[in-house]
Amino acid sequence: MSEEFKVEIVNPEKSFLVKDDVSEVVVPAFEGEMGILKDHISIISFLKPGIIKILSKSGDENYYVEDGIVEFKNNNLSILTSTIFNLADMDKSKQQDLLKQAEEEANKTDINDQSKYLADQKVEVLKTLN
Amino acid sequence: MASLDDLKKRIASVKSTQKITKAMKMVAAAKLRRAQESAEKGRPYSEKMNNVILNLSNGISDKENAPKLLSGTGQEKTHLCVVMTSDRGLCGGFNSNIIKKAKSYFAKILDEGKELKIITVGSKGNDQLKRVYGDKIIENISFKESKNANYFDADKVGKMVIEKFEAGEFDVCTIFYNQFKNVITQIPQAQQIIPLNNEGEENSSEESYEFEPDEDEILSNLLPKNISTQIFKAMLENSASEQGSRMSAMDNATRNAGEMVDKLTIEYNRSRQAAITKELIEIISGAESL
Repeated sequence: MSEEFKVEIVNPEKSFLVKDDVSEVVVPAFEGEMGILKDHISIISFLKPGIIKILSKSGDENYYVEDGIVEFKNNNLSILTSTIFNLADMDKSKQQDLLKQAEEEANKTDINDQSKYLADQKVEVLKTLN
Repeated sequence: MASLDDLKKRIASVKSTQKITKAMKMVAAAKLRRAQESAEKGRPYSEKMNNVILNLSNGISDKENAPKLLSGTGQEKTHLCVVMTSDRGLCGGFNSNIIKKAKSYFAKILDEGKELKIITVGSKGNDQLKRVYGDKIIENISFKESKNANYFDADKVGKMVIEKFEAGEFDVCTIFYNQFKNVITQIPQAQQIIPLNNEGEENSSEESYEFEPDEDEILSNLLPKNISTQIFKAMLENSASEQGSRMSAMDNATRNAGEMVDKLTIEYNRSRQAAITKELIEIISGAESL
């Protein structure tokens, strides 16, 4: 039996990516990275800023996300996110822009702990990319 | 009867109006395609979001302590209505349809003795509502600068709504927008977003999910996002509807102008003919009398 399942990434504007030959997806879930294989139990979780790794026969792909929700059910993985970039399409200047934005956000004093944590996460992830 | 000169002028002016409406129709048709595309592309997101929330709210163990965005404040005293209209006119019944729907809802609310607060999105709605409900409008937002509906704008509206909800300014929130069905049909919709109305949408799947972190935390993160998503969906549907409505309105206007030009041309030719005949008669009878 094949060990592949279907993944679908949607953002508000469009269906961002649909792939049905995926063997493993690693998502930055809120409580730590989570690898999803075929026949995983149904799960709902949400994402923190990080990298989604999609491993498939046709090649591996990496995406940077800032937030989102993952739902896995019947070997269908849906990822809903408002901000997503393909790392392969992302050049240095774009990364720098995002990093600058995130740093500004992290340095704000009038935000609550959770948004502060998220902003810090963003900075950290973006720094590792550079 | 109008003089020949007057008729000529009127024909010219109707013709130039026709040119404008024709151009507007073309522009609307081009924009419509794009707007329709993005409305259709945006649907999966809001549908999936709805699904996840539905699954979540079914799975939630402790209904009493469910987040307020889901279950409501327990009372229905103050209603907030977000009326979404366009920023530009000349789009047929697009804005008036939403306003009509909204006004009948307002009347119902006020009849029941409840308090009403209005947020208008888009300047046309504000213009029409401020005459009657001016004191009820608490906020007016317009995205004239943004060319297309984008999530960022929707998020701004969503965050504002949530802020007001958390401050206890209202109990129930409804958004009004036009759902795009096709170019000639747009259906004005009233959708309740707070508390989330799941009635009649019983989910058949009884499958249990694993949650990480627990349901409550996911829900409290998800619900505010869902508000923005629903507003974004409304904005996309609205912009497609606006272009569709404008296109058919301008198409009608162009056709009517064409008919008018034809009618005026006939009248012009007739009166020209009459003038010539009159002159001829005058000449002949003048010659006879000699």
